[in-house]
Amino acid sequence: MSKPKLALYWAASCGGCEIAVLDIEEKILDVDANFEIVLWPCVTDFKYNDVRSMPDKAIDLCLFNGGIRTSENREIAELLRKKSKILVAFGSCAGEGCIPGLANLSTKKSLFDRVYKETPSTDNSNGMFPQTVTKISEGELEIPEFLEKLIPLDAVVPVDYYIPGCPPQPHQVWAVLEHIIQGKPLPPQGSVLGAGVKSCCDECPRTREEKKIRRFYRPHEILVDPRQCLLDQGIVCCGPATRSGCGALCVSAGVPCRGCYGAPPESPDQGAKMLSALSSVIDSTDPEEIEQIISTIADPVGTFYRFSLAGSMLGRRGK
Amino acid sequence: MKKISIDPVTRLEGHGKIDIFLDDQGRVTNCYFLVPELRGFEKFCEGRPVEELPRILTRICGVCPEAHHMASAKACDAVYHVEIPSTAKKLRELLYSIFFVADHTVHFYALGGPDFVVGPEAPVAERNVLGVIRKVGLEAGKKVIHTRSMAHEALTILGGKAIHPVTALPGGMAKGITEEERKKIEGYTKEMVEFGKFTLKVVEDVVLANKAYVDLILSDTYAHKTYSMGTVDQKNRVNFYDGKIRVVDTQGKEFVKFEAKDYLNVLAEHVEPWTYLKFPYLKQIGWKGFVDGQESGAYKATPLSRLNAADGMATPLAQAEYERFYKTLGGKPVHATLATHWARVIELLYAAERSLELAQDLEITSGNIRTIPTATPDEGVGCVEAPRGTLYHHYITDEKGIVQKVNLIVGTTNNHAAISMSIKKAAMGLIKKGTTITDGILNKIEMAFRAYDPCFACATHSLPGEMPLVVRILSPEGEVLDQVERF
Repeated sequence: MSKPKLALYWAASCGGCEIAVLDIEEKILDVDANFEIVLWPCVTDFKYNDVRSMPDKAIDLCLFNGGIRTSENREIAELLRKKSKILVAFGSCAGEGCIPGLANLSTKKSLFDRVYKETPSTDNSNGMFPQTVTKISEGELEIPEFLEKLIPLDAVVPVDYYIPGCPPQPHQVWAVLEHIIQGKPLPPQGSVLGAGVKSCCDECPRTREEKKIRRFYRPHEILVDPRQCLLDQGIVCCGPATRSGCGALCVSAGVPCRGCYGAPPESPDQGAKMLSALSSVIDSTDPEEIEQIISTIADPVGTFYRFSLAGSMLGRRGK
Repeated sequence: MKKISIDPVTRLEGHGKIDIFLDDQGRVTNCYFLVPELRGFEKFCEGRPVEELPRILTRICGVCPEAHHMASAKACDAVYHVEIPSTAKKLRELLYSIFFVADHTVHFYALGGPDFVVGPEAPVAERNVLGVIRKVGLEAGKKVIHTRSMAHEALTILGGKAIHPVTALPGGMAKGITEEERKKIEGYTKEMVEFGKFTLKVVEDVVLANKAYVDLILSDTYAHKTYSMGTVDQKNRVNFYDGKIRVVDTQGKEFVKFEAKDYLNVLAEHVEPWTYLKFPYLKQIGWKGFVDGQESGAYKATPLSRLNAADGMATPLAQAEYERFYKTLGGKPVHATLATHWARVIELLYAAERSLELAQDLEITSGNIRTIPTATPDEGVGCVEAPRGTLYHHYITDEKGIVQKVNLIVGTTNNHAAISMSIKKAAMGLIKKGTTITDGILNKIEMAFRAYDPCFACATHSLPGEMPLVVRILSPEGEVLDQVERF
């Protein structure tokens, strides 16, 4: 019997997802033994045209990482959807835009202005911007179009499953692959794989006493107690609004969770979930005072939607 | 006129495309190296609290997040005018040195090494890390995997996460290490020193012992006389984490030595419409286009440039190798781009030796790892040597430490002009009238820029992994006559 065909692809990502797959270490040999790898840019030498010439649905499983930032990313997403039976949004970028999705707080124009005109080292007196087609004496040069917004994979094509995380932790990547290798039944379409079903707090080794607080601190402003809940100490920690699965790595290392595993089940909007978690720890019933205490949070949107902005109602606006 | 496009470029981090234009005689007239990606971190960091940037800018690159984490933390220290405790500095440098061991290992064995260890003309299916292991033996392969695995564990202890570390923040580190953790890391770094020595032996036995390879390294096809940039300590020895940035000219004479905060006096960036990536150059000399030499502002910031820009290495074994390097290659500076691979392995050994020194430092387990910033934040520049070149982070904040402006010049970007020139020169040397474009020729063109270990995830603040490559040959009418595509 022929082995199931596996494809891995990266769009507008940082490459951390690729490294996370390599970090399953010797189990990568099991992946090689159980799948026929038909596309994996960082390991194999296959070509776009090889994929184009495949029959539709020829790829059994496609792990797609990276968000959709350019016209080329979009084209490849459409191609791989057509050729794949199961398409997985792998990692935070493909799933909900991740940190590059914060670009959706600005316009494309302001972004180009900053990068190509206003940055102090840039010398661009002609006001030249990159263009999709440039005529040169030898002919034409083409680069893909930079889209107005960064969009998650499921805003371009239907997605079967999501593996969250920035990056997904290797043990979770392996858990999903092993499940598939063993031929176990898959959960309903649209499910999140490779993560827990509770919140990050559930895995956190710190002790939470649900203390009421009167002001928030920024992480560099105080020395924190190594055993006590960070939120109890007044540090904004997105643990309550984040799905479990990573093993509470950041909080264990003394810094607050920033939500890379996305919202927990039953909480579609991570930012809203975080706001409600915070309002329950504030030591006041006076609306004015609550507002004053909330205002000590430096950057609510960039903190509560650090990873999920592009996939949220807020970040999709104007797409 | 014909156009050859190489798209995507394999065994490189990030996406990229090379267009090679031929005249009617089949001779190369020009080459363009196009970087098709941008993400725009400079813009969307605005409005963020500055202490969050060490955790945001790691996402520029999942291959070298440690470099961005460190440059960012140093820029934050500068924004807050805070001196970090000595132990915090040592912890950061320990983390960073171990990262260098891991990163240079991956490049040598998986990305750049296959060209030499397996051979530039070897079949595509052999020219990869598995081919290297076949050539140097399974034991060596196991050593590579083991080194990566040790680094992974040490980086998790020191950085909180192996990919996208989180522990550095303005004023120091959020987490120290216990004596038990120190012992474990000390054991790992001892093994890393042995691994560094072993890798230099591979260079000697497989590359230097083969005259054809040495001739290839020293051939004019792969040479460029440019300025060299690198960070040096007080004794002008290579340093990755801290020091002054030194630039030497094409003859090896010091051109400028400056502090990170003064980078705008030295560097500027040129914009072209056909690529999303800018071209930095030495401001005092100016942008002269894609030309090398003493009169061109184009420079390199690579492992080779770092060795050229320094007077030596700060650890004994690496220093001996440094001396042998220049003795073998005919003195300083070396302009043979392919010698960058050898320089990288010498840096690997230095990083391992430095990691061991730090892991044995009595102060490393001290609990004094944070200074709470008290000054009003305003502006700061943080700089480190990333594996692929000098990395600059520059932040301006309001009085509450909210970011107003960000500027970034990242490792690979420094080399954008040099990479473009190297490709053109290699293409011109390899494609002549009547040449049949074979896979081996395309690979030799790719070798020209693979030596730089370019990471366009970083450079475009965009993508990594492997760089896709398409080579297209176009007629004067723009018709595609031939196309070789890989990714």
